[in-house]
Amino acid sequence: MEPVLEKTSHPSIFIRVFRFYVDGFRRMTVGRTLWKVIIVKLIIMFAVLKLFFFQDFLGTKFTTDEQRADYVLEQITAPIQAQSALSQGGKL
Amino acid sequence: MIENFDLTMVNWARAQFAMTAMYHWVFVPLTLGITWIIAFYHTIYVKTGSEEWKNLTKFWMKLFGINFAIGVATGIIMEFEFGTNWSNYSWMVGDIFGAPLAIEGIAAFFLEATFFAVMFFGWNRVSKGFHLFSTWMVAVGSNLSAVWILVANGWMQHPVGQAFNPDTARFEMQNFTDVVFNPVAVSKFTHTTSSAMLFAALFIISISSFYLLKGRHVKMAKRSIIVASVFGLLASGFVGFTGDEAAYENARHQPMKLAAFEGLYQGEKNAGLVAFGMVNSKKQVGDDQDAFHFEIRIPGLLTMLANRKFGTFVPGINDLVYGNAEQGIMGAAEKMEKGKVAITQLDAYKKFKKAGDEAAATAALSIFDENKDYLGYGFLTRPEEAAPPVALSFNAFHIMVVLGTVFPLVFLAYLYFSYKDTLLEQKWLLGTGTIMFFLGMVAQQAGWVVAEVGRQPWAIQDLLPVTVARSNLTAGTVQTTFFMFLVLFTILLVAEISIMLKQISLGPKES
Repeated sequence: MEPVLEKTSHPSIFIRVFRFYVDGFRRMTVGRTLWKVIIVKLIIMFAVLKLFFFQDFLGTKFTTDEQRADYVLEQITAPIQAQSALSQGGKL
Repeated sequence: MIENFDLTMVNWARAQFAMTAMYHWVFVPLTLGITWIIAFYHTIYVKTGSEEWKNLTKFWMKLFGINFAIGVATGIIMEFEFGTNWSNYSWMVGDIFGAPLAIEGIAAFFLEATFFAVMFFGWNRVSKGFHLFSTWMVAVGSNLSAVWILVANGWMQHPVGQAFNPDTARFEMQNFTDVVFNPVAVSKFTHTTSSAMLFAALFIISISSFYLLKGRHVKMAKRSIIVASVFGLLASGFVGFTGDEAAYENARHQPMKLAAFEGLYQGEKNAGLVAFGMVNSKKQVGDDQDAFHFEIRIPGLLTMLANRKFGTFVPGINDLVYGNAEQGIMGAAEKMEKGKVAITQLDAYKKFKKAGDEAAATAALSIFDENKDYLGYGFLTRPEEAAPPVALSFNAFHIMVVLGTVFPLVFLAYLYFSYKDTLLEQKWLLGTGTIMFFLGMVAQQAGWVVAEVGRQPWAIQDLLPVTVARSNLTAGTVQTTFFMFLVLFTILLVAEISIMLKQISLGPKES
């Protein structure tokens, strides 16, 4: 008869890493407060500030990169156009 | 031409960026510097196996964790501002900044997130060797993250390895190596990280001095002080060396900044460095008021700092604004003419291209290329606008230098009295030590004022002034978010201080 080998439990590296993190988070003391601060901060930053107050100016105004490039070129050369309009008696 | 822009909006956007950057920099230098000192404490623990060193390491690690957690992602707000308030700039530099900032994100995530967890959770759960390795990697990772953002900042101060694409209105990267090894970026990185190390040493000195004054955790505080003082002293030397390098690079690539932070209006050979002085804040470029109410100069030292050779000429603000034919320095007025030609030809190129006149477009582009190095000057209305605020630059620079000279003396005093074993009796030194953290922060902020105010009016040196870098928004929009940030960051700062004070009050675990 073949000897019966007892199966030893040896979890994979992924499970061990997962347990390492879970256990680490469970043992946190000050860390719990800090995580709360981080989460609240990220929610305010991304769900409030970014969403309502800090939209990408060119991203929201134009749909293609070509339009964005044209707009920025327009902005860069605006002083020359303004000067040209003034020299021709035009209004700004 | 500049008066066509909404200057109120530009100034509010500048104030907002300055505020967020300064708040962000409350957290960053401690993270960059203290990780190295913690790595040394941890190494001593692993070498000695002493529980006391272990508790000491864990205590400073905890304070580092608080600072890291409160400060994390505060820099992202500046990226929000780029897209909203500085959209022209953001569009134009997107190709250059994309790679370094992406690398920063990846490096920060993989190095910091992975090893950060092992550093905090790894006590008795991973081997001592791997745990120590992780602590060192947190130090390496956090400082590597700083490389990339400082590469981006260095490029704004000295835009190398790029070419302007007139079709896309973008500066495109031509040589990644040139961008990464830009001498301004290298000196900026080394000076920033070494000053962060110095600052972290001051932080440890302050808290340890507080414990010694209170007679608490005496052994731990003394041990912390010895390592921090040695580290701080070495960092001070490195800060001096890298600061000298930064000034030398300023003289090569941003001579106006160097002249401004020294209050040097008339260039001269063997120019002296102002050791002590009160700058006349009412003086304007071009008027005949005295630059200083009084000043004491060290002869020849500014020339050595700028050129590393006695007898050489250091240009002053007037030389750079009005030109100096004898020294072969082109004035801002001439540069403005060239800049206007560049803008006119860019406009012509765009119109010819749209009209399908390829020959005329090529001719316009050719003239643009001849003048593109002065593109930014074309947006100025007066040559005097090429000069930054002199009084602010001067004061910030001299505050930084004076404090940078005091800090190594403080470290030496701590080491001397530690060696004599009479540190506990030096109440005056311990009292002074408790405020060193605050003075270190003043020096840190002053350093950035020199770097950023000193390079005004440029968002990108010589190529794009801040007035053109902005978005077409109203001042009211920016004012609203300015005050929102002010409240948010103040809450974060109060949270940091209160959580940290509580942990300092609890102190380290006693063996």
